[in-house]
Amino acid sequence: MATVALPVRETTSYRVQLNVRRGLAYGFLILLAFLCIFPLYTLVINMTRSHSNITSTGFAWWFGTNLSENWTKCFSDSHLPVGSALRNSFIVSLCCSVLTCYFSCLTAYAFQVYHFKGKNVLFTFIMLIMMIPTQVSALGFVQMMRDWHLNNTLWPLILPSICSPVVFFYMKQYMESILPFELIEAGRVDGCSEIGIFHKIVLPIMAPAIAVQFIFSFVGTWNNYLIPALLIDKDEYKTLPLIIAAVKASDPSSFDLGKVYCLVGISIIPLVLVYLGFSRFIIKGMTAGAVKG
Amino acid sequence: MNIFKRTQKKHINYDKWGYIFLIPFFVGFLLFQFYPLFQTLRFSFFNYFEDQETFKTVGPTWCGWDNFSYLFGHSTTRHFYFFTLDLGKVKINDLLYYTINTILIWIEGFIPQIAVSLFLAVLFTDFRLNMKFQRFWKTVIYMPNLIMAAAIGMLFQMIFARSGPVINTLVDWGWLNEPFDIGTSTSWTHIVIAFLNFLMWFGNTTLLLMSGVMGIDESIYESAMLDGASSGVVFRKITMPLLKPIFVYVLITSMIGGIQLFDIAQIFTQTTGGSQASSYTLMMYLYSLISSKQNYGQAGALSFLMFIVTAALSMTVYQTTHPRVNVEKEQAKSYRKRMAEYANCPDTIAEKARNDKSQGALAQEGVR
Repeated sequence: MATVALPVRETTSYRVQLNVRRGLAYGFLILLAFLCIFPLYTLVINMTRSHSNITSTGFAWWFGTNLSENWTKCFSDSHLPVGSALRNSFIVSLCCSVLTCYFSCLTAYAFQVYHFKGKNVLFTFIMLIMMIPTQVSALGFVQMMRDWHLNNTLWPLILPSICSPVVFFYMKQYMESILPFELIEAGRVDGCSEIGIFHKIVLPIMAPAIAVQFIFSFVGTWNNYLIPALLIDKDEYKTLPLIIAAVKASDPSSFDLGKVYCLVGISIIPLVLVYLGFSRFIIKGMTAGAVKG
Repeated sequence: MNIFKRTQKKHINYDKWGYIFLIPFFVGFLLFQFYPLFQTLRFSFFNYFEDQETFKTVGPTWCGWDNFSYLFGHSTTRHFYFFTLDLGKVKINDLLYYTINTILIWIEGFIPQIAVSLFLAVLFTDFRLNMKFQRFWKTVIYMPNLIMAAAIGMLFQMIFARSGPVINTLVDWGWLNEPFDIGTSTSWTHIVIAFLNFLMWFGNTTLLLMSGVMGIDESIYESAMLDGASSGVVFRKITMPLLKPIFVYVLITSMIGGIQLFDIAQIFTQTTGGSQASSYTLMMYLYSLISSKQNYGQAGALSFLMFIVTAALSMTVYQTTHPRVNVEKEQAKSYRKRMAEYANCPDTIAEKARNDKSQGALAQEGVR
C-alpha cells in the first residue's frame, strides 16, 4: 500500500476527515459489539441472581450470589431432565460430527481421486440438492422413523448426518487445493490398500478441514430444534433445545427465572467458550468454504 | 506361465473404488432424504390424519388435490395493526397470511443485515481507514451465529418480558409510561424476531462479503485512486458490480433460510405466533400440522409448496455459483454481435476492420 504515494491527498484536512471517519467507524463497531455481547453478559449475570432479585431490579451490572443455588435447582427439577438432556445433546452432537466428517471426506475422496462413469452427473446432482433444506422432507422422515419404531431414540438424530452435501462440498474444495495425486500413487506403489490410503494418508492431511467442519456440525446439531421436537416426546431422550422450549410450560409454582437463565446458560456457554478458543480457525474456515466471488 | 501373464496386465483399475466409497453417502441420501421427500410429496395427495377424538389413524386414502384446496381455501378473520394504528379486520387465507408474516419478518431482518454487512465489509477492507483489532471485531460479530436459536429466543423472551429488564429500564427512564407487553403488539413482535435474526446472521454475511471484497484485484482499486475516485464512487462503480455474484448468493441463501424461520419465532412467542398470530411462520404452521393437528396430508401439501419454492431458489444459487457453463455461449453471442455491427456500419469502417484484421484474427478475438 505504501507504494501508492498520494501527495495531493496527504493534506491536513484530508487527515482530519479520515480520522473523523475512523472514529465514526469504531463507534459503530462498538455499538454492534455491544449488541452481540450485552445479552450474553446479562445471561451470565442473571445466572448468579435469585428470582426475586431479577424481577425486582431488572439489569444488574455485577454478579449475584445465587449461582450454586440456581445450578442445583436447574438439575433437580423432576419435570426438566437437564442432566440427561445435556448427555443426549452431547452424544448426538459428537456422533453426528464424527459421521459427517468421516463420510463427507470419504465421498469427497471418491470424487477427487477416481474417474468413473456418471461422476459429473452425480456431482452436479449433489450441488443441486445441496441447498434444499431437510425441513421440507421432515414429515416423511418422521413417519418413516415411527414406522421403524425409532422415534424416541437418538438414532434418527444421528444417522442422517452420513449424507451432508454442504460438508462434502467443503471437503472437496479443500482436497482440491491440498491433496497431491502423487501421494496416493506413492501409497499404492508401497502396497497400501485403497481404504488404507484413505485412512493413513488422506485423513491426516485433511485434519485442519475436519477440525473446522467438526466444530460446525457439532454446533449445528447441538442447536437443532425442529427434528428432535417432531420425533421425541419421552423425557429421557430429550435434547437441550427441547428442554428450553418446555421450561415455560413446566409447573408454574416452581417457575424460577434464575433457574431458566441457568438452563439457557448451560446450553450456550460451553459452545461460546469453545468458539472463543478456536475462533481464528472457525472464522477462516467459514469464509474458505464460501463461494468464490 | 501364469506369472508371466500377470505381468502383461498394464495397470490395475482402481476406479471401482470410487463407486464403493460413494455407497454410504448415497445410501444415506436415498434413505434419509430422498425417500422421506418422496413420501412427503406422496402424502400430499392422500387423506391421512389422526382422528383427534377416536385416536385412530385415518387413511392414507387417495384424495387428489383436496389437501391443496384446503390450504388455499381455509380463511380466518385477522385483526391488522401497524404499531398502535388499527387497520381493521380482514378475512384472509391462512396460508397467505403465514406467508406474508414470514416474508415480512425476513425483509425486516434482511435489509438491516445486508446494509450493515456491506458497510462493515467495506470498512474492514478499506486500507485507508486501516481498522485495528480486526480479529476481535470479527470474532464478536460472528459469535451470535453459533448460539442456539432456541436459547436466544428464550433469553430475549425473558429480557423483553412485561416486567423484564428492558421494559423496566425504559419505564425508569421515563421513555415508557407503563409496562408494555411486546407480545400484544403485532409490529413489535415482528421487529424483535427480525432483530434477533439480524443479530444472528449479520456477522456471517459480513465475513462472506469480506471474502468477496478481498477477492477483488487490488490494482483496480489503486488505479481508481490514482484517477482520483472518491470512496463512494469506488464503492458504487467497482465494489458493487464485482461483488454481485456473492451478493446474489447471500440474498438467495438468506431467502431459503428465511423460509425455514422457526426456532426463534416458536420459542419467543411460545408457539402462539404472538398477538393475532402475526409472527406465525410457515415452518410453525408445518410443525403444528405434523405434531399437534396430526394432519399428515395437509402437512405434505404444505411441504410440497415449500419444496417447490426452495428448489427453485436452490437452482438459482447453483446458477450463480456455477456460471461457467454459459461462458462459451456468451462468447459466441458477443462474437456474433460484433460481426453484426461490422456488417451494419458504413463501408469505410467495415473496410478498415477487414483491412486491420484478417477474418481469422477477428474470430479469435471474438472467442477470447
